Amino acid sequence: MKMLKILIVSLFGFIAATSSSHAVIEIDITRGNVQPLPIAIPTFTGDENAMTAAGSLSEIGRQIAQVITADLERSGLFVSIDPRAFINSPNNSTVPQFANWRAVGAQALVTGLVNLELDGQISVEFRLWDVLAGSQMRGLKWTGSPTIWRKIAHKTSDAIYKRLTGEDGYFDSRIVYISESGPYLERIKRLAIMDQDGHNHKFLTDGSYMILNPRFSPVEQEITYLSFYNDTPRVYLFNLESGKFEMLGEFEGMTFAPRFSPDGKKVIMSKAERGNSDIFVMELATRRIERLTTHSAIDTSPSYSPFGRYITFNSDRGGSQQLYVMNADGSDIKRISFGDGLYATPVWSPRGDLIAFTKQAGGKFYIGVMRPDGTGERILTESYFEEGPTWSPNGRVLMYYRKYPYDNNGGGGETQLWSIDLTGYNERQILTPLDGSDPAWSPLMD
Amino acid sequence: MQNKFYAKFLIMIGAALILSACANTGSDDTPVVTEPEVAPPPPPPPPPEPVVMGPAIGSQEDLDDELPSGSASTVHFAYDRYDVDATARGILQAQAEWLKRTNASVIIEGHCDERGTREYNIALGDRRANAVKNYLVAMGVPASQIRTVSYGKERPIGTDHAANRRGYTRVN
Repeated sequence: MKMLKILIVSLFGFIAATSSSHAVIEIDITRGNVQPLPIAIPTFTGDENAMTAAGSLSEIGRQIAQVITADLERSGLFVSIDPRAFINSPNNSTVPQFANWRAVGAQALVTGLVNLELDGQISVEFRLWDVLAGSQMRGLKWTGSPTIWRKIAHKTSDAIYKRLTGEDGYFDSRIVYISESGPYLERIKRLAIMDQDGHNHKFLTDGSYMILNPRFSPVEQEITYLSFYNDTPRVYLFNLESGKFEMLGEFEGMTFAPRFSPDGKKVIMSKAERGNSDIFVMELATRRIERLTTHSAIDTSPSYSPFGRYITFNSDRGGSQQLYVMNADGSDIKRISFGDGLYATPVWSPRGDLIAFTKQAGGKFYIGVMRPDGTGERILTESYFEEGPTWSPNGRVLMYYRKYPYDNNGGGGETQLWSIDLTGYNERQILTPLDGSDPAWSPLMD
Repeated sequence: MQNKFYAKFLIMIGAALILSACANTGSDDTPVVTEPEVAPPPPPPPPPEPVVMGPAIGSQEDLDDELPSGSASTVHFAYDRYDVDATARGILQAQAEWLKRTNASVIIEGHCDERGTREYNIALGDRRANAVKNYLVAMGVPASQIRTVSYGKERPIGTDHAANRRGYTRVN
């Protein structure tokens, strides 16, 4: 998977003499309602006569700048300056004329250059400039096949995001989800995958049987999910590179609600025996399964903490659906949710400090977060129906799906993917070709 | 009888014509093919006397018809519950009698309304399906006749939440 070579580019000689201080711009993404940073992202320079399999270098450069602009704007942390306001077009190999960028209100500037290498690959070089300080903040050069220019653009967005927020980005990542279509009595639910910005969309199953609750492996190009293949609901494993899928174990009862362990070597899931669902863990190498809970109540929706020491899950053992945390061996079970209403689908943040959940109260559904000890509950969004949060790889954004009520004319019932920042701001719909539900975010790609 | 004989005769003549046409193709590039004449079909037999019958024994309709309501295949559950209430017990008794009489094999589907998360509803649907199965087995139906499956909230029959919370006995 090593398709990209990275070179750190610095322009020591060009650090502007006008610069009197170190970098002054940075974004604190832990605060709500951040004032978005004005950023100028002119077209990356490229030779319009140099053709590749993905178009001319100038066309690639134009599209890369567009993808970076869309990525950064969607994060809600940046506002891009309209290119029509630009006073001059930059030349990537020289220091920009900062006065001209200050004049259009830019605080950060991204310049870039696309070159054709002798072996037919392209190299994409970009520099991030602090316009006010007049200095370079970051410079990187990627080399790879011309056809992966979109990936290079997302990686550039990630590098800019990281330099300005101090945290890893999430732009070079994918979403696996359930594509829904058809009338509500005969809904088709098939597995689909796309880049986090909706591009490179692909259906992974044909819709002849139902798929639900897909989850990405944190380390491999693998997905686990619930499949109704042969009208028999069981947990499956799908390898994205080979396109092959297989049932995980053969049990008399139903298996469902799967999720990978942080090292990708195990799948934790619910298994039902004569109507009673408990939590089990399967080691993928040996397919050995181990029981973790034993209770006559429903135990489901298990999710590991980032280092695999704890598991949070959903149970109605106390009389209503609540969230619990236990040790990874099933010991020391503690209830953590105590607010009004029902709690479900707990998912541990990749940063470890929060658990996201679905809450049901007063005829509405909510997505919220709480600390693993149950304190600090915070509701981020509410609607007629929404459920199933999934974390961005950096733990700063949650994606979930929303379902709309039926109307009296037999319409309604659509499902859509939405995302919201952990701060509770920047709620956005993620566009999909058909309806979408059950999103699951991949880790950052190589 | 005479018609049939005549038809056979015509077909034989037709076949002979085709054969001779084929034999002639050796020297000719365009084969001559003659369609055999087709005899008119015999008149249809008189329609049978109509007899009013119930649905086929052991069919889904037969099970539904087991009660005057015409919906003996379905029992309903209260919100977030899986216990078999008095109404459901009456329906399941009729199902049990029917299953013992017909030896039909069935799949019991557990369903939920849409006001809950997918994963919890998959578990709840499995509880409902098994609650129905357990009741039927307790009524003397062999467990080998019954399979269960949960569809959670994924297979509604309408927009009414109460109607969607159901156990459906599907004839296999």
